Amino acid sequence: MNEPLHIFDRPNSYIGRSVPRPDARRLLEGRGKFVDDLQLPRMLHAAFLRSAHSHARIDGFDLDAARAMPGVVAIYTGKDFADHVTPYVGTLTHLAGLRSAPQMPMAMDVARWQGEPIAMVVAQSRAEAEDAVAMIDADLHPLDAACDTESALDADTPVIHEAFGSNLAWERLVEAGDVDAVFSRNDVTVIKRTFRFGRHTGVTLEPRASVVEYDPSENRLTYWYSGQAPHMMQAILAKHLDLPEENVRVVAHDVGGSFGIKIHTYGDDIATAVAAKLLKRPVKFVADRHESFVSDIHARDHVVTGRIAVTADGTIEALDFDDLTGIGPYSMYPRTSAIECNQVLNLTGAPYKLRNYRARGRVVFQNKNLMCQYRAVGHPIAMAVADGLVDEAAAAIGVDPAEIRRRNLVPDDTYPCVSASGMKFDDLSHEKTLDRLISEMRYDDLRADQATCREKGVYRGIGLVSMVEVANPSPMFYGIGGAPISAQDGATVRLDAGGALHVSSSITEQGQGTNTILAQIAAEVFGVDMDRVKVTTGDTDNVPYGGGTWASRGAGIGGEAMLLASKALKDQVLDVAGILLQSESESLDIRSGSVVDADSGAERISLRDLARTVYYRGNELPSDVKPELIATRHYRVTDFPFVFTNSAMAAHVEVDVESGFVRVLHFWAVEDCGRVINPQLVDEQIRGGVVQGIGGALYEECVYSEDGQLLNATMADYLVPMAGEMPDISVFHVETPTKTSVLGAKGAGEAGTGGAPAAVMNAVNDALRPLGASIFQMPMSPERILKALGKV
Amino acid sequence: MKAPDFVYVRPGSIAEALALLADTDADATPLAGGQSLMPMMNFRVAAPGKLVDLNGLAELRGLRVENGMVRIGAMTRYAELLASDDIRENIPLFGLALPHVAHAAIRNRGTIGGSVALADPAAEIPALLLVLEAEIHMQGLAGTRAIAAEDFFLGLYETALQEGEIVTEIVVPARKTTEQFGFYEFARRHGDYAMAGVALKVGGPDHCRIGFFGVADRAIRATRAEVAYRDGGVPAAMAALDDLPFDGDLNAAAKTKRHLAGIALKRAFEGIS
Ligand SMILES: Cc1cc2nc3c(=O)[nH]c(=O)nc-3n(C[C@H](O)[C@H](O)[C@H](O)COP(=O)(O)OP(=O)(O)OC[C@H]3O[C@@H](n4cnc5c(N)ncnc54)[C@H](O)[C@@H]3O)c2cc1C
Repeated sequence: MNEPLHIFDRPNSYIGRSVPRPDARRLLEGRGKFVDDLQLPRMLHAAFLRSAHSHARIDGFDLDAARAMPGVVAIYTGKDFADHVTPYVGTLTHLAGLRSAPQMPMAMDVARWQGEPIAMVVAQSRAEAEDAVAMIDADLHPLDAACDTESALDADTPVIHEAFGSNLAWERLVEAGDVDAVFSRNDVTVIKRTFRFGRHTGVTLEPRASVVEYDPSENRLTYWYSGQAPHMMQAILAKHLDLPEENVRVVAHDVGGSFGIKIHTYGDDIATAVAAKLLKRPVKFVADRHESFVSDIHARDHVVTGRIAVTADGTIEALDFDDLTGIGPYSMYPRTSAIECNQVLNLTGAPYKLRNYRARGRVVFQNKNLMCQYRAVGHPIAMAVADGLVDEAAAAIGVDPAEIRRRNLVPDDTYPCVSASGMKFDDLSHEKTLDRLISEMRYDDLRADQATCREKGVYRGIGLVSMVEVANPSPMFYGIGGAPISAQDGATVRLDAGGALHVSSSITEQGQGTNTILAQIAAEVFGVDMDRVKVTTGDTDNVPYGGGTWASRGAGIGGEAMLLASKALKDQVLDVAGILLQSESESLDIRSGSVVDADSGAERISLRDLARTVYYRGNELPSDVKPELIATRHYRVTDFPFVFTNSAMAAHVEVDVESGFVRVLHFWAVEDCGRVINPQLVDEQIRGGVVQGIGGALYEECVYSEDGQLLNATMADYLVPMAGEMPDISVFHVETPTKTSVLGAKGAGEAGTGGAPAAVMNAVNDALRPLGASIFQMPMSPERILKALGKV
Repeated sequence: MKAPDFVYVRPGSIAEALALLADTDADATPLAGGQSLMPMMNFRVAAPGKLVDLNGLAELRGLRVENGMVRIGAMTRYAELLASDDIRENIPLFGLALPHVAHAAIRNRGTIGGSVALADPAAEIPALLLVLEAEIHMQGLAGTRAIAAEDFFLGLYETALQEGEIVTEIVVPARKTTEQFGFYEFARRHGDYAMAGVALKVGGPDHCRIGFFGVADRAIRATRAEVAYRDGGVPAAMAALDDLPFDGDLNAAAKTKRHLAGIALKRAFEGIS
């Protein structure tokens, strides 16, 4: 790092180093504490009957046989909860016009997707609960379903919520410049394509899980969950179960992956809480893999028709597109299912100098599982549409794909600037990242190899993408619209009597290494060895108030709060040390667990001795000295709605044109997430993200029948990308710290997922181009590629 | 995804196993490697009342070469087949094909008898046995019998196995020096069941056996393609697949299967050894 000296450029420095995760050993030894590991006295287990139809009227239940099954303690249907939980609606005021119907944890009169919970059995064991579920006789009357996105708004399609009169949930138009004037010019080449993005889902290693305990003596509910946003869940449970917010405690210990799946309100989780409250006994619900597929939110589901106008020299003059996205029968609560489309409207073409821009989005209801925010919300669509059109235009006018990007990217020296869609950008490096990418991947050599291979009938392709990633959101993302979602985070740092630090933070650990970077920041900024920092996250009773994990915000927001708190505690400790040592506190520093003379580094007093003096022998201090060996600071982004990250990525693929199979030979990502706190963790985020992006591009799809049955709800049939098919992924960094914080960290969690699909699609089309074939539908399955080639 | 309640028994002899399996009221079912049966039970697609575990039956394990025949116990696992010198020498086709069966962990448990009894249309083993002219040996309370692989696989998960019978042994003629073998399969990810696959035995320019898997309701011999090969070589064989009863699935429509079957066949011939 060649950045100017920061307060953390100090002797015992951790920031910028690949420090191993302190919790890795514990997890590897199987000592993780996941929700399913929790065993409470008198605990019961829940299983759900889910609608077998995508749309059905619920005429009633015969529960007698199920009630007679061994181990059954209670059976509830949707209506049994009517007086115990209030309905929720997934709308936000800043998404003007968005509408959704009230939702209950279990459907009451009509089930609206296959997999929606309609009845719940609580029993002594999960196996017994499942046995009883199998004995429930549900009288369901199938209704005509509206499953297809593209016909959702047709006049003869059934309307899912009658009161709305149509299946339209939301629409928005973004317009800048004069798009029509550009497209009517005769000096521009116009390319028009239709892109289709299938549904896929997050497939977390640990499924969603809840254990809920209700103590009537204190009217207190404790909710252990595998999730991302404890304080949000606290507010939601309190509101809908009619409990004082302070009487709800939400705890998230180890979490086996989230990817955005675990940040929403799911009926089965809420039902578990209601049952625990009614039964006054702990209830556990752990989704099994089948339930995960039919109830964890799905992602994407877009059809985008777009056109681009370029001049002969490759200048992009205008971009115009229409995005239609299907979200299932409800907008998800509380973040809404309109954000995905909104991101597409905001971000498409954002890396490029673009003045004439028109983006129309429509969000429609369907009788399928809910669609909502998953890693890289909207980004894969925005990047694939823009960079797909850019590559098609480049080919049409005979300009190299790298060259057309160079001519159109927003130059690195023009920040801050505002995009055509109104996004404020600062501290981005599109030119630097692209240049680095082209040199690291040996672009020219690959082009030469491509030509040689073609002569031998081997079809290789190179695909590029330049992208922005939303990170570090301000309250403008959710809070402004009325959601109980905090955009600020807090950190507390406390010196204990042994000279160690106990730190806590409102951001959460999902396996991405949050607790590690918090310890790195605290250790370095305060001045102790990392093994003397104990981190607590994921417990609303014990951490400051804040947002948790989403939108690549942990390091940038929670990390900055930790930096500020650690710095504050350091100043407080040095004040005490100055008094004890009768020195100017400015002449002192803290390094590796001791107060030292700042100039010579000589130890003056260990933190342990200092703390013991304060805690045990306060009599040695002047009576007017009242040391505070604890500090708390909060941080939120104020100057910008979002702090954006950028990157340039490339895929190298080989298409077997006889079979339609695609092999990704190599992938490169040059990422600028500002200050890199832990290179290994960032690289893991990028690689994992790229793999999920390749998953969406080539493998993963929730395949539905025409009448809304999910056909591949197993790990055998739903194709998650596996190591054997994955390429080597080379990751490089350009570091342009954000000026919005001292730490300078942006976010890196979603870039790979957002960019990889575009790069892979462009590479496949680059390979197919000499054959006159192209494909704009994901996943690009062998069969779809064979169809594109006209072979089947 | 918890299996319904069942009784578990682990007999010590074939006779004892057969007696236990005669309990049709409990839908007694043999358990081999469990790699297909256990998931089916957890999905509640299968709900046997009694599991008769064959893993304790030494009689069903191991393999030996005898009079030009390789005799493989039904409970022999894929990993054992892959590690065996006898197999390498005498059934080279197994060496080409078995690395494509699932993943290492599953090959450590899954058995050849389990694959034969299950008769998954996309499984490799049944097609290999068709091509190799293998015989399936079975035993029931009524006695033992043997059937040519060709007459054993009857349809989707349907075989000639009678209720209460178990597969005991697979008997495969050892390779003749004049024979060559080929294998090719298309799978979306390594270890997945094939979208389309083919196994070949080539006895000479005028004689081959071709067995497809993953394209129809069962493993099938392509007899017309075998004849076409004799008359017109590989291109003729590729063109003679239209009469096969191709079935589509999630990954490929019947038409795509037809296309991929031809490409797989070509590549299998290109790779024969
Ligand atoms: C992720 C995954 C991927 C897989 N991929 C492939 C693949 O690519 N190709 C492939 O071929 N297979 C694949 N399989 C299946 C695997 O090979 C199975 O193990 C095999 O098909 C069945 O063998 P088993 O010993 O596990 O049988 P089990 O699961 O124990 O039994 C299967 C069925 O056969 C019956 N049975 C078993 N043995 C006998 C016997 N001796 N006599 C009578 N009935 C018997 C059982 O009652 C049961 O009905 C895969 C499995 C998994 C989990």
